[in-house]
Amino acid sequence: MWKRALVGAVVLFLVGAAAYASFYVAPTERTMGLIQRIFYFHAASAWAGMTAFSICFVANLLYVWRRQPRWDSLGVSAAEVGLAFITVVLITGPIWAKPAWGIYWTWDARLTSTFVLWLLYISYLLLRTLIEEPDRRALLSALFGIFAFLDVPIVFGAIRWWRTQHPAPVIMGGPGSGLEPTMRAVFFFSVLALHALMVFLIVERYGLEKLRMELDILRQEAEVA
Amino acid sequence: MKNLDSVFAAYVIGWAVFFVFYLTVARRTSLLREDLERLKQSLKKGQ
Repeated sequence: MWKRALVGAVVLFLVGAAAYASFYVAPTERTMGLIQRIFYFHAASAWAGMTAFSICFVANLLYVWRRQPRWDSLGVSAAEVGLAFITVVLITGPIWAKPAWGIYWTWDARLTSTFVLWLLYISYLLLRTLIEEPDRRALLSALFGIFAFLDVPIVFGAIRWWRTQHPAPVIMGGPGSGLEPTMRAVFFFSVLALHALMVFLIVERYGLEKLRMELDILRQEAEVA
Repeated sequence: MKNLDSVFAAYVIGWAVFFVFYLTVARRTSLLREDLERLKQSLKKGQ
């Protein structure tokens, strides 16, 4: 218990320090001004969300291959956590867009593919509530999760392949792109902090899934008795 | 300090989403733990 609390405190410290650095360490961007500081939270949440969906994808593949319940548990845990991060991305993005573009939302390739990604993982979680039988639920949702992940590279590539309202990438964007060194350091620190939060939340959510499995086993024993 | 309210709103709403998510996981965990304990007790009584 104390170990969990300690890890939680470290994660809280990291995300607090990242927020502090976003406001007080990173310099103010020349053209957008103060509003650009949302970038450190918005983009880092997007990276953490994509990592969570990648974990879900690997867990789904492993479930289809090995048929071990723990991969199903990891898959659903990572999907829920990824969904929380992408929800944050879809909320902070429009808050940034309004002062920067004059509109909250536009159906460009990046925004639309991210919204579709959000809908796909909502569907993944809804699908699980519709199937009673555990093995069938795990297999069908793993297959759906593999399909849903196909949108992740589209989200990544959208601002590279097509001309979009969303800004071009500043990281891995090729020649001419990039961030000022302090901004870059603050951004990667935010990515680290939000990844720590993502892992912490997946571990917590996985613990819930383990308890659920334990309860299912006991219920079966009670029925036999 | 133009747009300070928007930056503040983005951070507060964002953290609220994570906090609410964590609370729902903690709540579901504690409810399951209670169910588990109850079932263990009833199984013990049945033996």
